[in-house]
Amino acid sequence: MQITVTVNGESHTRDVEPRLLLVHFLRNELGLTGTHWGCDTSNCGVCTVSLDGVPVKSCTVLAVMADGKQVGTVEGLERADGLDPVQQGFVQCHGLQCGFCTPGMLITARALLNKNPDPSETEIREAISGQLCRCTGYENIVRSVRWAAENEAKEVTA
Amino acid sequence: MQVPAAFEYAKATSVGQTLELLAQWGEDARVIAGGHSLIPMMKLRLARPTALIDINDVAELSYIRVDGTDLCIGALTRHAELLASPLVEEHYRIFADAEKVIADPLVRNRGTIGGSLCQADPAEDLSAAFAAVDASVVIRGAQGSRTVSLTEFHVGPYETVVEAGELLTEIRVPIRPGGGSAYLKVERRVGDWAVAAAGAAIWLDGSNGDVIKRAGIGLAAVGAEHFRATEAEAFLVGKPATDASFAEAGRIAAEHSNPVADQRGPVDYKRHLAGELTARALRAATARARGQEA
Repeated sequence: MQITVTVNGESHTRDVEPRLLLVHFLRNELGLTGTHWGCDTSNCGVCTVSLDGVPVKSCTVLAVMADGKQVGTVEGLERADGLDPVQQGFVQCHGLQCGFCTPGMLITARALLNKNPDPSETEIREAISGQLCRCTGYENIVRSVRWAAENEAKEVTA
Repeated sequence: MQVPAAFEYAKATSVGQTLELLAQWGEDARVIAGGHSLIPMMKLRLARPTALIDINDVAELSYIRVDGTDLCIGALTRHAELLASPLVEEHYRIFADAEKVIADPLVRNRGTIGGSLCQADPAEDLSAAFAAVDASVVIRGAQGSRTVSLTEFHVGPYETVVEAGELLTEIRVPIRPGGGSAYLKVERRVGDWAVAAAGAAIWLDGSNGDVIKRAGIGLAAVGAEHFRATEAEAFLVGKPATDASFAEAGRIAAEHSNPVADQRGPVDYKRHLAGELTARALRAATARARGQEA
């Protein structure tokens, strides 16, 4: 069936089978391989994308369910003036090692800061609790998100 | 790569349209909302529906509101919405307690209350929480709607009274002022299904609020009939609201539970948890009923 999905602000129309998962639609149909595909069982969260602004695991969403909706992936995070503060935070605080979980972590971090610009360490840990870092680098991921929150706040006041 | 078997698909935008599609596609069609139970089952080919009716755009099923003396929750309400609801905070904190330990925030963003109940997993937390507070569900079909008590809703593991062609639309919980409620769960790791879990709601009476007027106890994952500890509830009525009463209620709840050994633990351990968690949940609910705990 024909679907039209807006991904990172750009509208894409494709003919897909209803059983196609959103993660494979993004990677294989649109070539947006920034969204990773991990456990396939909605446990690991590397496939996290935003769906109408809410972070979800795209291995457990059908592409047809995203018809008419807004999807955000890691490719859409960068802003006109450079990296998103959450991306900068991961650079500054060494928030990634192998990088496999990073795109999903960035999407969740962005959604968290949109809702709660000054999250505590506990709130950050809770927000990413549905995502696994295979390198167990959680300390630095939490620091990266805090860095982003603090620097975003400076941007706002500047 | 896990791929579901092929199926037909349509998006519904109203309950009426959903029922029409269910009638049209027959008993092998399934309704899908969050999909966090159904899609994994379809990937493993444990479920092979011939058609899916997507109700994510049926906005009329997404609400949490007070209607008369009932707290009403639309079937399409997401777990995250129930967790964040001020009405839940005001009337039934047991739901927020339960939601905090259901899966993880990303799954809670997508999964729905109606879907969880209809999945009818024996370890499902909300079934126990709703059982503890005397909830009922509204089921709509082509012939109209019917209301079913939660104690009659589950037929067995993964099986409910929702018939082919019907749709669960709402959960109703009677609001009874002056009570307190709480939910406690033991899990192997964060976000896992319960090893055992207990929810309790309690209403106090007497000059000092020290006598139990009414109690509700729900149990998950320990094989309690209809997720409910009926015998322990009956024992508590008229008893003093003390640790000794709660411990005895826990003992009764454990005695009447019927857990099975699996990778989450042996029978004795689960039965022990059923009793201990019942006592602790009753204690926490009582503290809240007395306004003693933030």
